[in-house]
Amino acid sequence: MSVAVSEKNITSEIAAGIEKSLKTASSETALRKEALENFRTLGLPANKAEEYKFTPITRSLEKNFNFALQNPVSKINNVSDYTIAGVEADVLVFVNGVFSKETSSIKSTGLTVLTLQEALSTKTDLVLKHLGKYADAKTDAFIAWNTAAFQDGVFIYVPDNTVVEKPVVLHHIHDAAQGQVISVNRNLIVVGKSSELTVLEKFDSTGSANFSNTVTEAVVAENAALNLYSIQNDNGPRYQFGLTQIYQSNFSRVNTYTFTLSGKLVRNNLQFVLDGEGIESHMYGLYLLTNDTLADNHTVVDHRKPNSFSNEMYKGIMDGSSKGVFNGKIYVRPNAQKTNAFQANRNILLTDKATVNTKPQLEIWADDVKCSHGCTTGQLDEEALFYLQARGISKETAQAMMLYAFAGEVLDNVKHPVIKEYLDNVISERLHKNF
Amino acid sequence: MSKDNQVLEELTSKEYEHGWTTNFETDSAPKGLNEDIIRFISSKKNEPEWLLEWRLSAYRQWTKMKEPTWPNVTYPPINYQDVIYYSAPKQKATPKNLEDVDPELIKTFEKLGISLTEQKRLTGVAVDAVIDSVSVATTFKETLGELGIIFCSFSEAVQKHPDLVKKYMGSVVPVNDNYFAALNSAVFTDGSFCYIPKGVRCPMELSTYFRINAANTGQFERTLIVADEGSYVSYLEGCTAPMRDENQLHAAVVEIYAMKDAQVKYSTVQNWYPGDKEGKGGIYNFVTKRGLCFGDGSKISWTQVETGSAITWKYPSCILKGDNSMGEFYSVAVTNNYQQADTGTKMIHIGKNTKSRIVSKGISAGHSQNSYRGQVHIMKRAEGARNFSQCDSLLMGDKCGAHTFPYIDVENNSAKIEHEATTSKIGEDQIFYCLQRGIDEESAVALIVNGYAKEVLNQLPMEFAVEAQKLLALTLEGSVG
Repeated sequence: MSVAVSEKNITSEIAAGIEKSLKTASSETALRKEALENFRTLGLPANKAEEYKFTPITRSLEKNFNFALQNPVSKINNVSDYTIAGVEADVLVFVNGVFSKETSSIKSTGLTVLTLQEALSTKTDLVLKHLGKYADAKTDAFIAWNTAAFQDGVFIYVPDNTVVEKPVVLHHIHDAAQGQVISVNRNLIVVGKSSELTVLEKFDSTGSANFSNTVTEAVVAENAALNLYSIQNDNGPRYQFGLTQIYQSNFSRVNTYTFTLSGKLVRNNLQFVLDGEGIESHMYGLYLLTNDTLADNHTVVDHRKPNSFSNEMYKGIMDGSSKGVFNGKIYVRPNAQKTNAFQANRNILLTDKATVNTKPQLEIWADDVKCSHGCTTGQLDEEALFYLQARGISKETAQAMMLYAFAGEVLDNVKHPVIKEYLDNVISERLHKNF
Repeated sequence: MSKDNQVLEELTSKEYEHGWTTNFETDSAPKGLNEDIIRFISSKKNEPEWLLEWRLSAYRQWTKMKEPTWPNVTYPPINYQDVIYYSAPKQKATPKNLEDVDPELIKTFEKLGISLTEQKRLTGVAVDAVIDSVSVATTFKETLGELGIIFCSFSEAVQKHPDLVKKYMGSVVPVNDNYFAALNSAVFTDGSFCYIPKGVRCPMELSTYFRINAANTGQFERTLIVADEGSYVSYLEGCTAPMRDENQLHAAVVEIYAMKDAQVKYSTVQNWYPGDKEGKGGIYNFVTKRGLCFGDGSKISWTQVETGSAITWKYPSCILKGDNSMGEFYSVAVTNNYQQADTGTKMIHIGKNTKSRIVSKGISAGHSQNSYRGQVHIMKRAEGARNFSQCDSLLMGDKCGAHTFPYIDVENNSAKIEHEATTSKIGEDQIFYCLQRGIDEESAVALIVNGYAKEVLNQLPMEFAVEAQKLLALTLEGSVG
């Protein structure tokens, strides 16, 4: 349980701001009001609260942000710096949390892609059937905050038996050149029976301190498939809370890919509910940290029914005085027999100022299961380095090669060829430049 | 009902075999806890002024502390005023030798299978027996004395070796370390003290046997082991208690202080009364155990077989302060019926080239919950630290739970840390293989469980290994999931 910080009560400051902005007429107002109450009761996590033990997010927000300020108006009207060249996709751009119609393009037919605000007024019942039903605002103050105060976001609905070829790309761009930016975005993805969808979320920022609180809820119906990419490669000092809450039904398949390549303090919560049989879930993560970046990945996999499979692989390379935090929970409920669950977390520390805190956690109430986790922390193999050096490869190159191979294990699992190529370029360039 | 269930039923109906009480007169303090009780205990034990002050300061800090709520166990709130904090078997005078010890007591120990007399002389184990918190007899004192080894009850040590006690008590587990350690520091009644002088290798296993006998009492004993430079000692601890409907509290503190190149091996077979099969009664075992590898090259090894207690809350830890020091933790924790265990270890690497190894095997059956909770912390200056952890869980039946909470915190880039954990049940193919070869199901399970726990059991000294193996077989016989 988190307790509100006492010194400068940032929780009530934010809550007061949210209350002012609440509209009375909207269809989702009741939901927002309830979440606001939850936010007040929970309060932002206190220092050393168990779920935020190594991530002093509340203190960082207190220090770097003024919640009374409005976001500056952005002058960005060209987003080509941030897009992935060569990807044929439906693109939605949010600049400082606000939908930018000019730079977005939605061409695909067969599925519904709307901004959440638009969907709330035109497809009210469908949205309200799902919105806030999976991401529980009672469990975390940031989720409550998001539910009470989301500005906008995306609503994607794929009807039954539809395979969507092109990915949907969401750009969350923060232009903080004119001052601090705070954005609260909410996405809802509904994938119908036997359908398929790929979504990519990309986070970029420029300028000064900026904070985003992004919650994505994804409902994946029977026999459907969803690929979810999240790439973060900020120039600016981004502070982030992100939650991806996935709810899977029978025989559905979900792959998530989380790449944290930069930022100041990045907290990613990834939570799976496997409420069906024959489900497959794969979680891949890579964090490549330099300077004083702190990346905190919290994952929860909740096996509720028998015969499902989950597999998780998170890898991290920490340079500079960066900090990597990993917490992976696997729950296997009493009747979730024949569950297979695997989890691996591997870390490399490159300097003695870098740290890593990992906590792989298994909670199992069913006996006929196969669950295992492994985690390692170490450094590059001296002998392998020597082998390469003995063959005339400079130490720096040899190191970069080995780190690339280390990261490759995650990268190899990326399915989309263009996204893979983009990531491959970004990562190998980073490895050669920094290490 | 399938055969499996029947076997499971048999297992759960297995009665606790140490569940009798002995009727000797006891000398008790009134129920409750306040400064007067502490003064009463202190004066009963004829303690010096500094120790009373130490207790009182612990008590004052305890009153300001809160009971921890983070362990993965549930129990009704404990009323600390409803516990008798001092209960001693009445004796006319301090026994000079075994002939003077109350014959009822001797019988008690014979029932427990520990004869304080000849039998143990043959097996070569020196025993210090503690009943209801008071040490009643120590064997082999003279033999050990010749080597300069001090092995006696804590109260005796306070009287005879106050300097040693004063210097080391609380140096590993400070009074305000945690809620239960503070409580223990305030009210501890007895325990064992052991000092191994420089360069001495203790020729026999030292052993303490704990038993709670009187009703409504809490047992608060304290063990302090100091191993001087280059010495070696292997220490055993065993525990039992009578069956009672109410829960009894056991909050012990064990401190180990290892100097340069010293080695201490501490083995526990914990078989406190676990409560009946409805989960009624049983011991709350809230224990703080910690070893400090103070000197370079020292080594502390914890081995535990946990089969008893309604609730176990225990994390034998090592602080690896000296360079090249080493810590080990081997554990088998078995829970059945409504038992709950939250146990594990902490390895704090401070010195250079420190090594630690954790092997934890959890077995849960019935409605029990079994948690492993451990921390491996590599501090900034711990160059070249190495850790290997393995925690496996075995589930029997679908009403029990197994949980793993490992914390791995690394602040030095030269550290190599490995952690792996698995959860599984006994494979049907393994059982089938045994059945095919004419081994019946019960023996097959015993065989597989023993094999599963072998890595840990192998670490136990001979006498204990046999007992532990029997205990395992008793608790788990035939419980195929």
